[in-house]
Amino acid sequence: MTKRPDSPDSAAPRRALSKKDLLDIEGITEDDIRLVLDTAESMREINQRAIKKVPTLRGKLVANLFFENSTRTRFSFEIAERRLSADSIALSATGTSVAKGETLLDTGRNLMAMAPDAIVIRHPRSGAPHLLARSLPCAVVNAGDGTHAHPTQALLDAFTIRRAKGTLAGLRVAICGDVSHSRVARSNVSLLTKMGAGVTLAGPATLLPAEIERTGARIVTRIEEAVDGADVIMMLRVQKERGGGLGFPSDREYFEVFGLTPARRRLARKDAIVMHPGPMNRGVEIDSAVADGPDSVILDQVENGVAIRMAVLYLLIGASGDE
Amino acid sequence: MSEAVLLRGGRVVDPSRNLDQTLDVLLRDGVVAKVDEKIAAKGVDVVDAAGLVVAPGFVDLHAHLREPGFEHKETVETGTRAAAAGGFTSVCAMANTMPVLDDAPAVAFLVRRIRETALVRVYPIGAVSKGLEGLELAEIGLMKAEGIVAVSDDGKPVANGMLMRRALEYATMFGLPVVVHEEDPSLVGGGVMNEGWTSTRLGLPGWPNVGESAMVARDVQLAALTKARLHVAHVSTRESLEMIRVARRAGIAVTCEVTPHHLTLTDEEVARSGYDTRFKMNPPLRSEADRAALVAALVEGTIDAVATDHAPHHEDEKALAFEDAPFGVTGLETALPVLVDALLVPRAITLQRLVEVLSTAPARVFSLPGGTLAEGAPADVVVFSTTKSTHVTPDGFVSRSKNSPWTARTLRGRVERTFVGGREVFARGAGPAGGAR
Amino acid sequence: MGEAPGTFRKVRLLDAAGMTRAISRMAREVVEAEGGTDGFALIGIRTRGVPLAQRLAAEIARTEGVQVPVGLLDITLYRDDLTTVASSPVLKKTEIPFPVEGRNVILCDDVLFTGRTVRAAMDAILDFGRPRKILLAVLVDRGRRELPIEAEYIGKKIATSATEIVSVTFRETDREDDVWLLDREAAKAAPKVAPKPAREKVPAPRRRSRKK
Repeated sequence: MTKRPDSPDSAAPRRALSKKDLLDIEGITEDDIRLVLDTAESMREINQRAIKKVPTLRGKLVANLFFENSTRTRFSFEIAERRLSADSIALSATGTSVAKGETLLDTGRNLMAMAPDAIVIRHPRSGAPHLLARSLPCAVVNAGDGTHAHPTQALLDAFTIRRAKGTLAGLRVAICGDVSHSRVARSNVSLLTKMGAGVTLAGPATLLPAEIERTGARIVTRIEEAVDGADVIMMLRVQKERGGGLGFPSDREYFEVFGLTPARRRLARKDAIVMHPGPMNRGVEIDSAVADGPDSVILDQVENGVAIRMAVLYLLIGASGDE
Repeated sequence: MSEAVLLRGGRVVDPSRNLDQTLDVLLRDGVVAKVDEKIAAKGVDVVDAAGLVVAPGFVDLHAHLREPGFEHKETVETGTRAAAAGGFTSVCAMANTMPVLDDAPAVAFLVRRIRETALVRVYPIGAVSKGLEGLELAEIGLMKAEGIVAVSDDGKPVANGMLMRRALEYATMFGLPVVVHEEDPSLVGGGVMNEGWTSTRLGLPGWPNVGESAMVARDVQLAALTKARLHVAHVSTRESLEMIRVARRAGIAVTCEVTPHHLTLTDEEVARSGYDTRFKMNPPLRSEADRAALVAALVEGTIDAVATDHAPHHEDEKALAFEDAPFGVTGLETALPVLVDALLVPRAITLQRLVEVLSTAPARVFSLPGGTLAEGAPADVVVFSTTKSTHVTPDGFVSRSKNSPWTARTLRGRVERTFVGGREVFARGAGPAGGAR
Repeated sequence: MGEAPGTFRKVRLLDAAGMTRAISRMAREVVEAEGGTDGFALIGIRTRGVPLAQRLAAEIARTEGVQVPVGLLDITLYRDDLTTVASSPVLKKTEIPFPVEGRNVILCDDVLFTGRTVRAAMDAILDFGRPRKILLAVLVDRGRRELPIEAEYIGKKIATSATEIVSVTFRETDREDDVWLLDREAAKAAPKVAPKPAREKVPAPRRRSRKK
């Protein structure tokens, strides 16, 4: 949070969100969530204009530290930063000091010497953003840490659902797939239950983490049970690179037993929407016909991702309560 | 320097003789000379122990002194200084140094370093397998001649059942207990904290209870088969306790130890602290149900002793993401205050049992001298307060490392003086020789 | 602007009838200057520029029978550090349902003061396209400009001091139509007569028949 030199009351800068960082959904309040979703509506409007730019974050520096390969999330953040006129720099893991053995903390500290207003970090280790947030004064935005959390994804998913359904409370949401390795699942369950939706988690028993029922979600091992009567179907990616491959014998079997086929899609409500955080394994967790079908809002999710990330950055480093 | 010390008016607690009484204790010429009411002695240093507890010096069966090879974390000198500050007069040093203590020359080196630099008694533990690889037996016989008191691959498990069986058969020939670190690698995998609701929430790979108890089950049966002395290190799960109870009922000679952190902390600390690696150790902090079962087992005797598993790490090494940081926390300086604060004060344990599990019992488990204030015994004594508090601060550690779960806490209980062979090796507030706070 | 704690009402600048008359006059001036009802649009700056724009459009519709396009503009994302308008970061929707290209845009706001809000609004409009002209209509011009900005259509022009506040309320957004000049409690300090008893910080309506 940058200090305004001529602000009348610099003693306690009023934040728009309850914390200086966005690390996970547990760390923010319902009011924070609503503020982000409402702000994203205005941001979305900007993205429809001819000139998709506002000067709000002019002169602010956002550093993108992506220690994991990612196209869509990284692009999404970079576009969001540029639309708000922020200066945006990117650091990826290869060919840098990190490859030479510099620790995460040292990378962060070196970066702080250049005074970024915010650091957006994606890291293969759960808890890495927390390490930075604890040690650095700037805003830290978690763009995905290990298998722990992906808060902006959950926010854009909620935004997409709210736009399609008008509300979150009382909806029946089915989240299906490799739950144990999915940070998207964790953040979504947390946010949706916080906002009053009824969540069912479905996955093979080998891909459901310990004591997951304590999230308050209903847990089933058959996708049919989850999808039946659902308003929203959210399919998760099988995370082969995170060890998801050990949980079931083959792609073929996974698709037959757990994949979202048109037949299974029909078990849900007629006006149900189909979501996926991407990138999709077509023919493994989702059938192409469903992914590309009329109820799919997968591309809306991508578009909304920019608006949500603009909203998050604006609220963390752009907005402040002054006078 | 006087050769005699009189500890006057303290509450003398000696479990080896079922003693709990306000008495004077005279130490002379390196041994306990007399324990009696109102001892009169001239020309001796008098220590006023009124309001304090006088007990046999604590014996730690399990510490990592990191020398040779990892002197940036700890050395024999700094580790024994820490031990003295914690009231420990004897410490057993584990073999996972660099090079590993798996042959006679390595043990001889350590013995020499102990003679040159140690402030308290240090007993080396030799490796079970060469290089801790878990493939071939180490030269246990030759190491015994150099002075090891037990064998262990601790740090790592002996995963292979056949090798464990051979190790038990072989070590028994030399009268050595085999200390086992129970962790089935195929069940634990990349686990870094207890498997459960907390690990699920935090997105960290879990280390399930069964990874420990399945191996305990295997090893107590191997101990029965081989008639060996099996000692289970840092037991952490209620299921393991069940296996040990069953084994005891069947007459199998299995002993076990528990750490102060497993008795008092749970996996919730990892969440509460936001992935703080000061709560990362192996085996990990477990659930409340496990913790309560460990306390109950310690009190009623299923668990024989408390051992610290003092595992110092440099702060750079611990300042990493949770999965990347090494396992381990320090424990020598905090053991007594932690147990007093969390168990004695709320009356979960008696003072006698507390002293027993810290001194008399561990000495007995490894057949070490110590753990007693009988006349003629070595004058290894600790004087401590159960009412004064210890403020745990990063600068206050005597150990070279600061990776303690209790930093920034204030605990009831404080070591005041420690004597080894009648010589004072620690005095509270005495300056450099004695250590801080 | 609503009333803030620690202020008191000094002088009523316009009552409901006065506002209606001023807005009617402004609407006539706009139509006259534009030579009709074609080619221009009204854009109200949130929050209280919006009822002004809507009332101007309503007045024009009443007298000319034509509905002139009206847009709403939230300038929160364009403010500089010293713009005093919004005190919360919450965004409201911007709705400009017509092309700005080649049109005369008449920005509407309740009070023209430093000019910074209008500067931000102009930046926002230019991001939507290239209007032919941008003009400004305000209900009250209170002077003390910090940027070189002037209004074309003015309801009431007054000179104010640094501590004074012009408080405009509309039926649509607040309780009633009213325009008051407020001042801060501290500014009453200089006593020309004997010291008065200490006053509580509750704004009480005061009427002084002198100033008009």
